[in-house]
Amino acid sequence: MAVQTAPTTTSRGQRTLKIHVTVNGAPHDVDVEARTLLVHFLRENLGMTGTHIGCDTTNCGACTVLVNGRAVKSCTMFAVQADQATITTVEGLEKDGKLHAIQDGFHQEHGLQCGFCTPGMMMTAVAFLSTNNKPTELQIREAISGNLCRCTGYVNIVKSIDHAARTMRETAEGKA
Amino acid sequence: MIPAAFEYAVARDVADAIQLLASSGGEGKVLAGGQSLIPLMKFRLAQPALLVDVNRIAGLAQISENGELRIGALVREADLDMNPIVRERYPILVDTTRVIADPLVRNMATVGGNLAHADPANDHPATMLALRASVVAQGQKGERVIPIDEFFVDTFTTVLAPDEILTEIRIPKPAARSGGAYLKLERKVGDFAIAGVAVMLALDEKGKVAAAGIGVTNAGPTAIRARKAEETLRGQSLDDKTIAAAAAAAAAESKPWSDLRGPAEYKLDVIRVLTQRAIRQALARATGGK
Repeated sequence: MAVQTAPTTTSRGQRTLKIHVTVNGAPHDVDVEARTLLVHFLRENLGMTGTHIGCDTTNCGACTVLVNGRAVKSCTMFAVQADQATITTVEGLEKDGKLHAIQDGFHQEHGLQCGFCTPGMMMTAVAFLSTNNKPTELQIREAISGNLCRCTGYVNIVKSIDHAARTMRETAEGKA
Repeated sequence: MIPAAFEYAVARDVADAIQLLASSGGEGKVLAGGQSLIPLMKFRLAQPALLVDVNRIAGLAQISENGELRIGALVREADLDMNPIVRERYPILVDTTRVIADPLVRNMATVGGNLAHADPANDHPATMLALRASVVAQGQKGERVIPIDEFFVDTFTTVLAPDEILTEIRIPKPAARSGGAYLKLERKVGDFAIAGVAVMLALDEKGKVAAAGIGVTNAGPTAIRARKAEETLRGQSLDDKTIAAAAAAAAAESKPWSDLRGPAEYKLDVIRVLTQRAIRQALARATGGK
């Protein structure tokens, strides 16, 4: 596997390993230390700061990204584990200047106040809605139970996800 | 927070993982889901010299039922929850996996890791004690099957040797007229249990208890098996008095400690109440309910 190719050394004297990842459709080959967390890799190596670091202790979900379609906390995964993976971050939601249904939902239903948790909330919601396009309020609340918001009390976040679910259903029916 | 530096190796197969672990002189750790290990490394409470990434080993993430239920050590909690065999026939496992951490953590966290980490606050250990499960370990000396009663040694310590890797969990097929349940009281989603109780019951043809398994989460340095409570139930009809006596026995066998989740006295009462409720839920399932 690519992670076992000849290592190089950083200025701090740490070995690095080469990884290949596809982030929001774009391929990247990058040398990273084994201890580099996926969230730091995205923010610092790739400069994609849409993914936030909140608690840094696997609680808040602000760092949620999709790895091969699954929503995971990127502060609790090493970048080397993502070698050969396909990653989607909040920057990958908008396409050709058009907001993703989940972004539109948060816009229409005012699903945020400070916005810090929003990227994680949206990534969790995108993965959830891909498995359940007609969720109940309880199912939405369960799905986002690993994402903390300290502003809104969640009411408008739940409405935003429901809004996106409706939009996605209507789009799917329109295409059918 | 950034962990201390470590060497990283991807294991191609189980034999490769064993070889890598053996080469590390006891300083290697297995990286599976990483949802307990990586936080510990970030706090630098753990500083392994080598991480052996087992996530790419094929064949460790399967669930099959053939005489017994076999759960590959790399099965993610989210996949255990969604598995049709588990959903249909092992509702106690669904109870358990659904209260572990949160949905995002469960997308990564593995059943094997939940056991091998040996945190008394983890949820699978109590359930596996109630189910009389066993775990399969492979090391340089070969494969061995370890009854769950012999697996946990102390907090964060199991009988696994430094070169051994947990590969599978085996659970006996449920007997006729059997049912189980796991109940956990937590302050909020994602928190560890204030207390948790797993109960597995099998009834005889007259409706009396033929076999009982009871495990308790966060009631000592490891998850504990409430043997006296099990004995209290054996051969009995499950009337209110018997259930209350078993619940009192389970609390008496538990040794929770006072911490930010509450004083020990409170936790003992939580264990007593959860045991009663879990027995009733297990009974309902054993007699055809959900």
